[in-house]
Amino acid sequence: MEPLLVTDTLLDIKDLTVEFPTRRKVFRAVNHASLTVQPGQIHGLVGESGAGKSTIGAAVLGLLERPGHITAGVISFKGDQISGLDDEAMRKLRGRRISMIFQDPLTSLNPLFTVKEQLVETILAHHDISDGEATKRARDLIDRVGIPDPDTRLNQYPHQFSGGMRQRVVIALALCSDPDVIIADEPTTALDVAVQAQILDLIKELARERQVGVILVTHDMGVIAETTDLVTVMYDGEPVESGPTHEIMGNPQHPYTKSLIAAVPRPTLKLHRFPQISYGGRETRFAIEDLARNWPKTDNDMSKPLFQIEGITKRFLLRKGLLPWDREYFTAVDSVSFDIKPGEVFGVVGESGSGKSTVARMIAGLYNVDEGRITFDGQVVSDLSDKAALNAYRQDIQMIFQDPFSSLNPRMRVDDIVAEPIRHHRLLAGDAIDQRVRELLDQVGLGAEAALKFPHEFSGGQRQRISIARALATQPRFLICDEPTSALDVSIQAQILNILKDLQEHLGLTMLFISHDLPVVRQMCDRVAVMKRGKIAEIQTTDDLFANPQTDYARELLELMPRLDDLSTENLEAES
Amino acid sequence: MLSYILRRVFQSVIVLLVVGLVAFSMFRFVGDPIDNMLGQERTQADIDRLRSDLGLDQPFVVQYAKFLRGAVQGNFGVSYRQGRPVSTIIAERAPATLELAAVSGFLAITLGIGLGVFTAIRRQGFAANAIMTVSLIGVSLPTFLIGILLIYIFSVELDLLPSFGRGETVRIGGWSTGFLTASGLKALILPAITLGLYQMTLIMRLVRSEMLEVLRADYVRFARARGLSDRVVNFRHALKNTLVPVITVTGLQLGSIIAFAIITETVFQWPGVGLLFINAIQFVDIPVMAAYLMLISVMFVSINLIVDLLYYAIDPRLRIDGRTT
Repeated sequence: MEPLLVTDTLLDIKDLTVEFPTRRKVFRAVNHASLTVQPGQIHGLVGESGAGKSTIGAAVLGLLERPGHITAGVISFKGDQISGLDDEAMRKLRGRRISMIFQDPLTSLNPLFTVKEQLVETILAHHDISDGEATKRARDLIDRVGIPDPDTRLNQYPHQFSGGMRQRVVIALALCSDPDVIIADEPTTALDVAVQAQILDLIKELARERQVGVILVTHDMGVIAETTDLVTVMYDGEPVESGPTHEIMGNPQHPYTKSLIAAVPRPTLKLHRFPQISYGGRETRFAIEDLARNWPKTDNDMSKPLFQIEGITKRFLLRKGLLPWDREYFTAVDSVSFDIKPGEVFGVVGESGSGKSTVARMIAGLYNVDEGRITFDGQVVSDLSDKAALNAYRQDIQMIFQDPFSSLNPRMRVDDIVAEPIRHHRLLAGDAIDQRVRELLDQVGLGAEAALKFPHEFSGGQRQRISIARALATQPRFLICDEPTSALDVSIQAQILNILKDLQEHLGLTMLFISHDLPVVRQMCDRVAVMKRGKIAEIQTTDDLFANPQTDYARELLELMPRLDDLSTENLEAES
Repeated sequence: MLSYILRRVFQSVIVLLVVGLVAFSMFRFVGDPIDNMLGQERTQADIDRLRSDLGLDQPFVVQYAKFLRGAVQGNFGVSYRQGRPVSTIIAERAPATLELAAVSGFLAITLGIGLGVFTAIRRQGFAANAIMTVSLIGVSLPTFLIGILLIYIFSVELDLLPSFGRGETVRIGGWSTGFLTASGLKALILPAITLGLYQMTLIMRLVRSEMLEVLRADYVRFARARGLSDRVVNFRHALKNTLVPVITVTGLQLGSIIAFAIITETVFQWPGVGLLFINAIQFVDIPVMAAYLMLISVMFVSINLIVDLLYYAIDPRLRIDGRTT
């Protein structure tokens, strides 16, 4: 037995308040937050964007972006106060005692230096040892975080690693100095389910093995449930509830925690609609009846499929060459075939790089089809050369993209964005266009006054509503949704997905729904295709796939999905 | 890699040929060299004889072909004005221009990058803002005006530095250098500043804006969070990542330092190839003009090639295939 220490607590945050003074008013990002971390413990910090959870991490490391600063409260490390230390003292602490893991492994490594250079440099910054020893330590670290063939990998550059491997390198870098506390800011948000599970396991193992205290910042309740010992739920800068994870998850007390847990899509139980977060009075209006009134009646002929995809293949040139045999190709989509019935939501799932977005782009006509054929409503559309026919096809299909920030032109006003498809297809003229745009914006719940604003004045969820208004402008029959909610918070995700469900039900829209999020797919889709490395592994109805996957790959994907099984689901149905 | 270089060299040769063709097609509009070459008592027969001797009665394509045939053998013809081989004349004048360009290029790069990094790191500081304001002058004032201003202040009013010429030079082999004498070095100062000022401010502003971008990047924040020192973060991690765009612009700017030293050389009566070119234009000295233009294009093309190769050296993403994951 080790002698009992006076204070066992590694990190103690008491009553922390962080403010960002702006020209108009002082914005309080964190409001009286308190939390502690013990050795070997993982403390989860969960909440939606803007809840102030990342700000706490930055405050601990003294890396708050100006003009943000701590206005009240004390942060102590092993009993010594560290808030308010000067830059020099803070830097000695940073990395050495407290390390940080960032969200996006693709951008958190310097692309111009080898992994070894970055590791050795960091080790030498903290330990007074020789270059040779540092190199040996770097190799051991790479080996420890589970990167195979460490001797070769050490001398490679970050771009030669996959996303998951890069995050392992990032973790190795955070471990260089044997820190006591690691702050992990959304460490797996940018990763696939399978890789996410591995990285979380690694973090758990390291916390146990090295007795490191971890603050895990995330918006994902599934990650919290699987990984953390303690959890603090944040809402609007304030911690609303805190305690052991299983207690909070199993028996939440605060209404916000309750609705946050309820809003997480379940893989086990299909609900008619996504439960929305009621706390805080967020408006969720969507006037589907108004929209349906003016919508042209689509009589879906159920006897034949709307889309027939037959053996489509797409190759990308990897290496250019003058001679054909010098060229190298990468087959992103390899003879994929499926049908989409009228009025159904057809899901495509798979890890990143499995070719699901490429399939969507081929159907939308953004990529040429190298082989195979796409038939839409009895007409071959895969190489339409007739301009008029192509335009008519494009009017019938519309797309909603993943990133609501880059999919809207920042220099265009919202009314121009929504009016663009109407003008392009010459559906209306003059004042009728304005009229239509205002109606649409009103119907998606933004209000007609949104027309005169620019995209940057809206939040992510509101922008996605603009995208939906734009997609509906041509009154299409088919919507392609490429990960429409993966950049959004749970509560916003629920709103957007409910809108999509309404569209399908009331307007009879057919949808191709692409996602890597299996619980969402479970709630949204009628049938699902599982893609792996450009090929379709299996196609089944959603219920069958989740109950009885036919291929090993699908089974593996389902197993890796973070679960909230230990949660009570009774009050869930009551709320929805 | 080798095939890449060969392909680039091949492209460069084509660029050179096109430049030459355009140059020769323009020479007809510069004026008639015969007017200047023969005295007042010339007869039509004299004119015709000289014209056919020089080959000026032939179409410009033929003249160009003749020039090329000579050029590949290292023979650029004889200057109409001086009656000496062009290659000898240029070899005499080149050291002056190259020394001037080297000094101003060096000043522009070191000060430009140094001040750029400084103003980016101390974005809010007084000194950085003062430098940024002053640099606006460097960008907006034309070269000749800066030259004249400097002459007025340092030569006329303060009488510290010479206002024209190279000072004393020392001959080492075929190269005449001004680096080894006090008067030669003094004479270099004003023209070098005049020539390099614009480039310096341009590089500085570019480095600054690139640095500001990179300093916001995740890997810089992560480097700070790992506890690396400011020096390492700023100069190792951030600066190297700003270099790719900086090298492109800097490379082209170095080319223009040599090519467009003409104005500075005129203001300071610097005996370099720029001044030679101006005189050649006045006299319609076609062989000199042709050789000068070809020389400048060779230089631009090779700088471009070097810049592209430097990309490879700096950025491993271009050098090493990223498919092994």
